[in-house]
Amino acid sequence: MNAHEEERIKQLLKDALPSVGDVEPERDLWPSMLRRLDARPLAVPWFDWALAGGLAVFALAFPSAIPVFLYYL
Amino acid sequence: MQDEASNVLEDFRHGKAETFNDAFATLFRLHQRSVYGWILRIVRNPAAAEDLTVEAFWRIYRAHARFEPSRGFEAWARTIATHAAIDWLRTQKAETELRVDLPAAPSGDPAIAAEIRRKTSAAFSRLPPKLRVTAVLAVVEELPHKEIAAVLGISVTAVKVRVFRALRLLRTDLQQQGIAP
Repeated sequence: MNAHEEERIKQLLKDALPSVGDVEPERDLWPSMLRRLDARPLAVPWFDWALAGGLAVFALAFPSAIPVFLYYL
Repeated sequence: MQDEASNVLEDFRHGKAETFNDAFATLFRLHQRSVYGWILRIVRNPAAAEDLTVEAFWRIYRAHARFEPSRGFEAWARTIATHAAIDWLRTQKAETELRVDLPAAPSGDPAIAAEIRRKTSAAFSRLPPKLRVTAVLAVVEELPHKEIAAVLGISVTAVKVRVFRALRLLRTDLQQQGIAP
């Protein structure tokens, strides 16, 4: 693709998709945010559960390592 | 004023439940307009931008412990908002989401110009979401590559590569539709 084609495609894109510019929402979104916060209580992320599970398995497999682990906490 | 802003960010990051909620509400009111505007630039759909603003702040709410004040809230919020917008673009069918009213053609046959714009929009909607986001920010909104790179978490070179790939794919698509750039 040469420079002329590149500029032409850029111009086509600008013509097809005009810049949105500086636009603000038509309404205050805080009420929607509150509904979202109320609807979905803060959950524990999946990787925290995975980490806890991994630690439990490790402790069961190597019980002698528990004091060492606690020492470094 | 500076101290007040710092306190809000500190409460947002480490505050207990009550101060955290107040800090989050303050940050939401301060930044909802800019986050909405940023998302609208990407998705170009006002209703979706409103929903995605709430979604972005929901992600911000959950990720507050990972916020680094040195980076600044605005930049961090934009990054999260961009990912929310990309996720939304992935769920959309091509050719359905470009709802911003198109301006009149500057010259030539209005019907042909409108048809070219329609086909260009359709071709653009068929691009992979990551290329679309990069191209719309770089070409349409004309934002500096450095700013786009920071938001997307990629290098300036990667931004240039994505823009080039997007334009090349657009050219191929338009040629297949009978439009020779």
